[in-house]
Amino acid sequence: MVKKRVIPCLDVAAGRVVKGVNFENLREMGDPIELARRYSELGADELVFLDITATLEGRGPILELIGRAAEELTIPFTAGGGVTGVDDARGLLLAGADKVAVNRAAFDEPAMLSALAAEFGSQAVVVAIDARAGEVVTHAGREPRERDAVDWALEAVERGAGEILLTSIDADGTRAGYDLELTRSVADAVEVPVIASGGAGETRHLAEAFEAGAEAALVASIVHERPERLPELKAELRDAGWPIRS
Amino acid sequence: VKVAIADYGAGNLRSLSSALVRAGVEPYVTTDPDAVRHAPLALIAGVGHVESAAAGLARHGLDDALRERVGARRPVAGICVGMQLLFGASEEGGTGLGLLSGPVRRLRARRVPHMGWNTLTTSRPSAILDGLDGADVYFAHSYAAEPEDDGVTVAVVDHDGPLVAAVESGCLAAVQFHPERSAEAGARVLDNLVRWSRSA
Repeated sequence: MVKKRVIPCLDVAAGRVVKGVNFENLREMGDPIELARRYSELGADELVFLDITATLEGRGPILELIGRAAEELTIPFTAGGGVTGVDDARGLLLAGADKVAVNRAAFDEPAMLSALAAEFGSQAVVVAIDARAGEVVTHAGREPRERDAVDWALEAVERGAGEILLTSIDADGTRAGYDLELTRSVADAVEVPVIASGGAGETRHLAEAFEAGAEAALVASIVHERPERLPELKAELRDAGWPIRS
Repeated sequence: VKVAIADYGAGNLRSLSSALVRAGVEPYVTTDPDAVRHAPLALIAGVGHVESAAAGLARHGLDDALRERVGARRPVAGICVGMQLLFGASEEGGTGLGLLSGPVRRLRARRVPHMGWNTLTTSRPSAILDGLDGADVYFAHSYAAEPEDDGVTVAVVDHDGPLVAAVESGCLAAVQFHPERSAEAGARVLDNLVRWSRSA
C-alpha cells in the first residue's frame, strides 16, 4: 500500500525560507537547501518549495535554487510560486523539479495544465488551490475568485493535473488543524492524490487529514521551529496505525 | 564506467545524472546513436508519455541503436517511462520498443497517479533488487507495463492490487519507480544496476 506522506513546505522569499500566519507577518527561518537537506535526513517523504513573493512582485521562478535542489536531494520535490504561465512551469521542470505547482496561472488559463501534462505527464503537474470558506482565492490569499474549490479541482484534474495541493487560508499558520471539510470534499470528488495544507499543529491533525482522504499532509511552522519534530510526528502516526515510511 | 542516457527530449535528467555520479559512474546524456550503441550501459529514463518518448528516440535513431545493443546482448536499463518503453503498445497511445512482451495499461485504482512511497515485494531473486525486499521506493505514474511472461517480473507493489515494479531478463532490466528519488534504497538500486551491467 502506498504510504501516507508528510511533506515539509519551504516558503521561500528572496532566497530564504520564511513563515507567516494567515499569509502575513513573515518570519525568516533559514537557507532553503540547508533546511531541505536536514528534512531529507530526518525522513521527509517529499518537499515543496514555494516562492511566495513571486506573484506579488512579478518575479520569475527561482531556477538556480531548484537546480541545486535537483542535484543535492535524493527525495522528490515540487516547485511552485511565481508561475505565470506554461513557459515558467516548464522552466521549473527543466531545471530539475519533479513536479511543478501552478496556482493563479492555471486558474486564469486552465489549458496550461493540459499542455504541461502532455509534455511532462500528469504526475509532474500539481494544481495548488488556496481556499477560504470553500472558495478559491489567489494572489497569496488576497484575491477571492468566487468559485467553489471542489468545482475548480474537478476541472483542473480533467485538464491534466495529477495532484492537488489544497491550502486553507483560514487554517494556515494557526496550528489549529487542517480544514477537514474542505479536504474531504475535494478528496472525495477527485481521483488524484490530495495534499492537505494549512493548520498542522500536532500529530492528530495529520491523522485527521488522512482520515478525511488526504494522501499527504503539508507541514511548515510545526517543523521549522524544531526539525526533529518531523521524525517524531511520523513515528506517532505509525504507532497510530497509519502506513508511514520509516 | 560510462553510462549513456538516451536523450529523447523529455524533461530533465539532472537528478538521475547526479544520482549516477554518486553511484560512481560517469553518466552522459546523449542523442548520438553510436554513443548509445557502444557505452558499457545504456539507460532510458525521463518522464512523459510512451508515444512522445518513442517518437523522440526514433527521431535520433536511438530506437535502432537500442535494439542493436539488445541483439548483441549488451545491457539496457529503463527507469519509469523508460521501463514502459521496453514493452509494447500503451493505452496512453504509442508503442514501445517491444524488447519485452506485454502492454502498458492505465492503472485501475482509487488514486491515480500512483504517487508516493510504496513497498517492494520481490517475487524472485534478482541482481538489481538485491537486498531490497521490503524497501520503500518512490513511484509517480499513471500507467504500468504488464509483462506477458511472469518470469521477467522481479518485484511488485500493492496499489489496490499488484503492479509490476521491476523486471530483469538477460541484458534488460527496468524499474517503474524513481531510484534517483528514493533516498538510500534508490542509491542501492543504482549501485546494483551498475554491478548488474558489468555481468549482464
